Amino acid sequence: MKRSEGWITNSIKIAGSSSIVFVMLIFIFLMREGLPALNEIDISTLFAKRWYPIEDMFGILPLISGSLIVTIFSMIIALPFGVGTAIYIGEIAPQSVNEILKPLVEILAGIPSVVLGFIGILVLSPAMRMGLNLPTGLTALTGAVLLALIAIPTIVSLTEDAFYAVPGSYREAAYALGATQWQVIWRVVLPAARSGILNAVMLGIGRSLGETMAVMMVTGNAPTIFTGIESFIAPVRTMTATIASEMGEVATGSAHYRVLFFIGIILFLFSLVINITSSSLSMRPKRGKDQVVS
Amino acid sequence: MEGKAPGIFFVICLLCLSACQQAESGEAGENNAALSQTYIENKGSDTLVNLALAWAEEYQKQYPQIQISVTGGGSGTGFAALINGTIDIANASREIKQEEIETSLASGFEPVEHIVANDAIAVIVNPNNPVDELTLQQVSDIYKGKITNWQEVGGEDRPIVKLSRETNSGTHVYFLETVVRLNNKEDKSIFSADTLLLPSSEGIISEVKDNPNALGYDGLGYVTEEVKMVALAPQEGDAYILPSASSVINGTYPISRHLYMYTRGEAEGIQKEYLDWILSANAQDIVTELGFVPVITE
Repeated sequence: MKRSEGWITNSIKIAGSSSIVFVMLIFIFLMREGLPALNEIDISTLFAKRWYPIEDMFGILPLISGSLIVTIFSMIIALPFGVGTAIYIGEIAPQSVNEILKPLVEILAGIPSVVLGFIGILVLSPAMRMGLNLPTGLTALTGAVLLALIAIPTIVSLTEDAFYAVPGSYREAAYALGATQWQVIWRVVLPAARSGILNAVMLGIGRSLGETMAVMMVTGNAPTIFTGIESFIAPVRTMTATIASEMGEVATGSAHYRVLFFIGIILFLFSLVINITSSSLSMRPKRGKDQVVS
Repeated sequence: MEGKAPGIFFVICLLCLSACQQAESGEAGENNAALSQTYIENKGSDTLVNLALAWAEEYQKQYPQIQISVTGGGSGTGFAALINGTIDIANASREIKQEEIETSLASGFEPVEHIVANDAIAVIVNPNNPVDELTLQQVSDIYKGKITNWQEVGGEDRPIVKLSRETNSGTHVYFLETVVRLNNKEDKSIFSADTLLLPSSEGIISEVKDNPNALGYDGLGYVTEEVKMVALAPQEGDAYILPSASSVINGTYPISRHLYMYTRGEAEGIQKEYLDWILSANAQDIVTELGFVPVITE
């Protein structure tokens, strides 16, 4: 009996540490394949403003700019909708409505991104072009709307968890002081759940930044660089879409291959920063609440 | 989207193969033992993949003892697989490059070229666009970003939205060399950065179909009736020619190309029989059916 329990403990330990091993292996592999790009290609070529790999133009700035434009814009859209939905589910809606609403949000999370991309091409992109009178509907804006749809379920469920973690006594105390429901939500619950909401946004950003299929289908993939507010309604090319569409035919070990892995390293670093920020936020939720009370 | 296509074709091939195997086991007794090889592995160009698949199906119907597997992935992928020895025939929408010939020779064989069909690149616009004809110089200037409004080429006052295939497509490279650079080897100009790079032929057709600002190009086999083909003139003052089987064969349409199959050394045995059959009238009818242009054989 005891021996079999030891076996269980050990296998759980192996399972637990395997993810660390995998992340390390992926990191080493990315570094080994991608870092030689810095040797083989001039830094000035690598950080130039034009991406056209078949003529050895490996400027990755437009790709970074494209990913950031789409991600930031998608957060601008997703944040109010996500937090709004969470407020409604967590604070306002009666139990019966929640029983319908929560599964629906989960279904939204389950829609494959390629299906959203398909809807984006056939419905959203023509609607954007005609509604906003744009030259084409395949733009950063269309991509951002799809990414917002993908990120909203993440934001909703994490924000709702943060609301749930706010002690009921806070709300009761506020109501006892004569606050209205809106005042309680805006002045008490939201500030108390602030770090949880930030955490939700961070994970939403991670989700948007890493999304590939939907953005590849609707952003037009033109490697244009950020020039101002009009870049939000222009076609862009993201880092993920570039890797996905070019990795298939690139010769192993060529300069182009190295640069694609280098882009992979940059994406990895972005998500590392996002994860560190989000975990450092969630490490100190207590302090946030104390500040509200004080 | 295109990334999915080879996988789907692979599944279709597997289905074909399993069907063939059943047929084969039925007549196993008469199976020609003299044929040492009964399996052909065929891979490469995405332009050619539908055609190669149609040929393989028809050939296997006629010769059930032969199994042919067809996959896409792009011309470059096909050559790489031919050099690695994982396939028998590589499909290509461009000629083999010098460095690919050298790697082939280094791995012990000479790649042999077979022209199996012709393809024209059609320049397409939305049916509501009044522009019917363009010179190659105008198309080149549009894609280089020198012309940005339809008004400058006789159309309405609308911005031009330029559509192209991704850079790993053989069609993209061909269009770059033949149209954007007008066959001038010294010319190093490229597509302007705001050219939309769409991952599939279908993506280009669907955007052109919906968007009156769009200008795109695609293989003649992919063009549907929902978009309008533009007549092209090689030079200012020349006649404007629409792409069609006859204008490609008589050489008046300026942007047409051959489609190839490459073998490891001279084709032998069933590979030779298959390639000979591809040039037969029966197989070349399939070429016409799929919207490509047949090879004329004397």
